[in-house]
Amino acid sequence: MLTRTRESTPDAAESGRPVRVSGLSHSFGELEAIERIDFAVEPGEVVGIVGPSGCGKTTLLELLAGLRSPDTGSISVGGHTDPAGRLEGCAYMPQRDLLLPWLSAVDNAGLALRIAGASKSAARAEAGGHFERLGLSGFEGTRPGELSGGMRQRVAFLRTLMAGRPVLLLDEPFASLDAITRAEMQSWLAAVLGPDSHTVVLVTHDVEEALYLSDRVLVLTPRPARVADQIEIEGPRAGDRAAAVTSPEFAELKERALRSLAGAAR
Amino acid sequence: MSRAWRYLAPVAVIVILLGAWELAAQWDWISNALNIQDFLVPAPSDIATSLWNDRSLLADDFWVTLREVLLGFLCALAAGLAFAVILHLSDTLRRAFYPLLVASQTIPPVAIAPILIVWFGFGLGPKILLIALVCFFPVTVNTLDGLRSVDPQLITMMRTLGASRRQILTRVELPSALPFFFSGTKIAIAVAVIGAVFAEWAGAGSGLGHQILIASSNLLTARMFAAITLLSVMAILLFALVALIERRVVTWDSREVTRT
Repeated sequence: MLTRTRESTPDAAESGRPVRVSGLSHSFGELEAIERIDFAVEPGEVVGIVGPSGCGKTTLLELLAGLRSPDTGSISVGGHTDPAGRLEGCAYMPQRDLLLPWLSAVDNAGLALRIAGASKSAARAEAGGHFERLGLSGFEGTRPGELSGGMRQRVAFLRTLMAGRPVLLLDEPFASLDAITRAEMQSWLAAVLGPDSHTVVLVTHDVEEALYLSDRVLVLTPRPARVADQIEIEGPRAGDRAAAVTSPEFAELKERALRSLAGAAR
Repeated sequence: MSRAWRYLAPVAVIVILLGAWELAAQWDWISNALNIQDFLVPAPSDIATSLWNDRSLLADDFWVTLREVLLGFLCALAAGLAFAVILHLSDTLRRAFYPLLVASQTIPPVAIAPILIVWFGFGLGPKILLIALVCFFPVTVNTLDGLRSVDPQLITMMRTLGASRRQILTRVELPSALPFFFSGTKIAIAVAVIGAVFAEWAGAGSGLGHQILIASSNLLTARMFAAITLLSVMAILLFALVALIERRVVTWDSREVTRT
């Protein structure tokens, strides 16, 4: 009882909290989605997870976020192992931006603050304070229907950030964008995440995106998902995306990741 | 098609029909064809004359009926909204009450109006009750459909942000259901006027429905048509008012938040 109480009151001020997954398996009826996955994410680390479509990446994030309970194995997010605790320990950004069309951009971004009981003006002031950094100045009062795809994703990302959770779970955040906007958003996210920011689990089917944004990339096999390869990326995230993704070292890592994916698919 | 013609076309149709009716009535074609006395077939000009000559009588009846319609409609709005939320929040209650809700709609209001008069007398109460009964179903069913059609991913998103059940209801489900609620409301306001006529026919001392009965038994056909015209005008104005409120309230594309 005593340990339980300590577990469910984490110190929110701590910048990053590890994610630990061991022996995780999950199936939907007869369909095995995830088979014995083990991995850990260190505080402040960005871990990318790539895998073929339908390999259970989203299921994995939903399990981490406490939206599902695994069949076997254990998950710990920010020290919480129970689903309710995990739900409180992380902020989950789904594939679709899911902005509320009747709220302005700033009110969408501050939704978590309002849910936590902040007044409308306080939530607007706090969420609005980040608009310039996210390249959204001047669009505070704009409804989502009038924002571009890239801007909508940034508002959705800010909404996730404003939840104030130490762990961010990003589910293909830029999958719905065109290639040019996606590249811009990747540079932007690299800058926002910075060095000592949140602990991030980034799920994507884009190898380049994962390698560019992550400190470490896990390559998953097709369903049922297993870890086929782990690729460490040396050094800090480069500010210049174009230079970073065309360097020989990057090409080497990309080749390895693509071969792992292809090998896993066989 | 030019902009002016788009508005003129329906007006032209109405003017032509009224003109044809006027001539047919003036030249006694209709009464001859039906083999009835010519004074029983009023021309539009006779109806207009009746509207003017009986204006104080008809105005009194108009306000009586409008009051019944508004009170009954507002009762149905409040009850329908509350009932829809309750049925939405409880699966058990929804399964228990939904068939009853549909079954209640199969009972014609004209059949229950006399019972209500017998039980509650000739006052305002039974009229409000009957109008509320006919308005209740479209409001409840549409609002319930709206609450249930919210994209489940939005609910999940709210949960990950730490929202309680009540916060999900007030911040996502109720705003999402607003367009559905207004659809139900527009149907309700149109049937409310019909309900008021049935209620007044079953037993009343005033109101446009009552006026139609009185004028009919006195063979005052022009006054009957005048009362019918006013009922129609009332329904159209109330419908337009609801549509106007909807346009001011629902200012977003409602397809964005519903399951596709």
